[in-house]
Amino acid sequence: MAHALRGKTAVVGIGTAGTGEAPGRSAIELLADASLNAIADAGLKLSDVDGIFAATSTHAFPTLSVAEYLGLRPRFVDGTNIGGASFEAHLLHAALALDAGLCDVALICYGSNQRSAGGRLVSMSEPQVWEAPFKPRMPLTAYALAASRHMHQFGTTREQLAEVAVAARAWANLNPAAFARGPLSVADVLASRMISDPLTVLDCCLVTDGGAACVMTRADRARHLAKPPVYFLGGAGAQWHRAISAMPDLTVTAASESGPRALAHAGVSLADVKLAMLYDAFTICTVLFLEDLGFCPKGEGGRFVEGGAIAPGGRLAVNTNGGGLSCVHPGMYGLFLIIEAVTQLRGQAGDRQVRDCDIALVHGNGGTLSAQVTGVLGSAATV
Amino acid sequence: MTEAGPGPEAAFRAFLKEGRFMIQRSASTGRHVFYPRVALPGTGERDLEWVPASGFGTVYATTVARQRPNPDGSSNDYNIAIVELDEGVRMMSRVEGLPPTEVKIGQRVKARIAEVDGAPGIVFDPV
Repeated sequence: MAHALRGKTAVVGIGTAGTGEAPGRSAIELLADASLNAIADAGLKLSDVDGIFAATSTHAFPTLSVAEYLGLRPRFVDGTNIGGASFEAHLLHAALALDAGLCDVALICYGSNQRSAGGRLVSMSEPQVWEAPFKPRMPLTAYALAASRHMHQFGTTREQLAEVAVAARAWANLNPAAFARGPLSVADVLASRMISDPLTVLDCCLVTDGGAACVMTRADRARHLAKPPVYFLGGAGAQWHRAISAMPDLTVTAASESGPRALAHAGVSLADVKLAMLYDAFTICTVLFLEDLGFCPKGEGGRFVEGGAIAPGGRLAVNTNGGGLSCVHPGMYGLFLIIEAVTQLRGQAGDRQVRDCDIALVHGNGGTLSAQVTGVLGSAATV
Repeated sequence: MTEAGPGPEAAFRAFLKEGRFMIQRSASTGRHVFYPRVALPGTGERDLEWVPASGFGTVYATTVARQRPNPDGSSNDYNIAIVELDEGVRMMSRVEGLPPTEVKIGQRVKARIAEVDGAPGIVFDPV
């Protein structure tokens, strides 16, 4: 049976700012612009916001910084930071806080200027004492290790991993807002520079700038706002490790626990899911999450993505914005998964619109395959 | 194990300085633990005792950190591996004594205490 939270709250506004390159703009400026865009999209006023949910790579106390910058005195805040999956967790936490009446208008927000500020991944993540002496380049090294193990155990090939990047690019080519566009082939990915075997530079996500935000309210209010509500149907998180060397099995993530639990909360089955937004920091991520969420059996992810199966026109619509690989990846990408899912569920995705898109799954990943949070969103037809 | 004095992390490092690779084992369950902790993860047994590691293990996962080459063209690439010790625990390390691209999953390796980033640490050699 579905969880009591199903359909009680909805995303009513979304906004982005400076996605791609935003030279001269700070992280908090991008976050604030995205937030104001999301609030305006909902047809609400800044002063309506009384709940703040935030995580960034540059703010130790993000909800304090956001409230001060926007001039808000929130009734409820949550600065849970579990890396890129933070925002899928915030969806669940905001739904809880709204349903409990602890706040009425929840703002979930993020901003990063990492590309313009130096072009490197910015992270407040502390070095792991049992790993740092061996000079891993985190998070890259961790995902490369996981890919090596998947290839060894299941015969997954570099060509299959490259298919993930090629599919993401094909979707990006349908999205005018995507940062990396243009032709990309499996051969291009294989021929690009190896940076941590078996991953090449084109197996890795972009380093961009960007802010993103969404606004949530309870369903009764959502129905009277500016845009069609996108309902929160269910969500769940799971985590089994912090450092990659402590991961119980490098080929099985905690998405295998968060996914089924989120679907059960939402009262939907995988067959109902029209769009899967899966956090693709590296090509191996998409393969692992397709398996762990149940779209294919464990070990079959490489074969599942072959032949354009997750590209436009394929058997499953995955990462239709172009993903972290080709659309946008400003350090923590999780909120952009929600932005695309809402855009698709509203039927406003233009050339890349998924037909009859009424249920979308958003799956956030944080750390080194560490934090896994799955959310299920639905159109008005689903409640 | 008492709550007074240096903790398990300091104890592990002190053993390394003496040239000993020691890991923890729960007396009641027989389970080994790495990294050193104050209790067995998940179940909380605090009866951890130090035992010598066999030193033997198997490469569980491996990668090559690709670096810009030296001015003379020689490689700066290095290996990073996760090794599963025969005791059943895993650790990050590197396999030395062969080109980093030649380290293979499933390969048998043996631990050696070496200087790692300025302090004694565990690296592995092929056996």
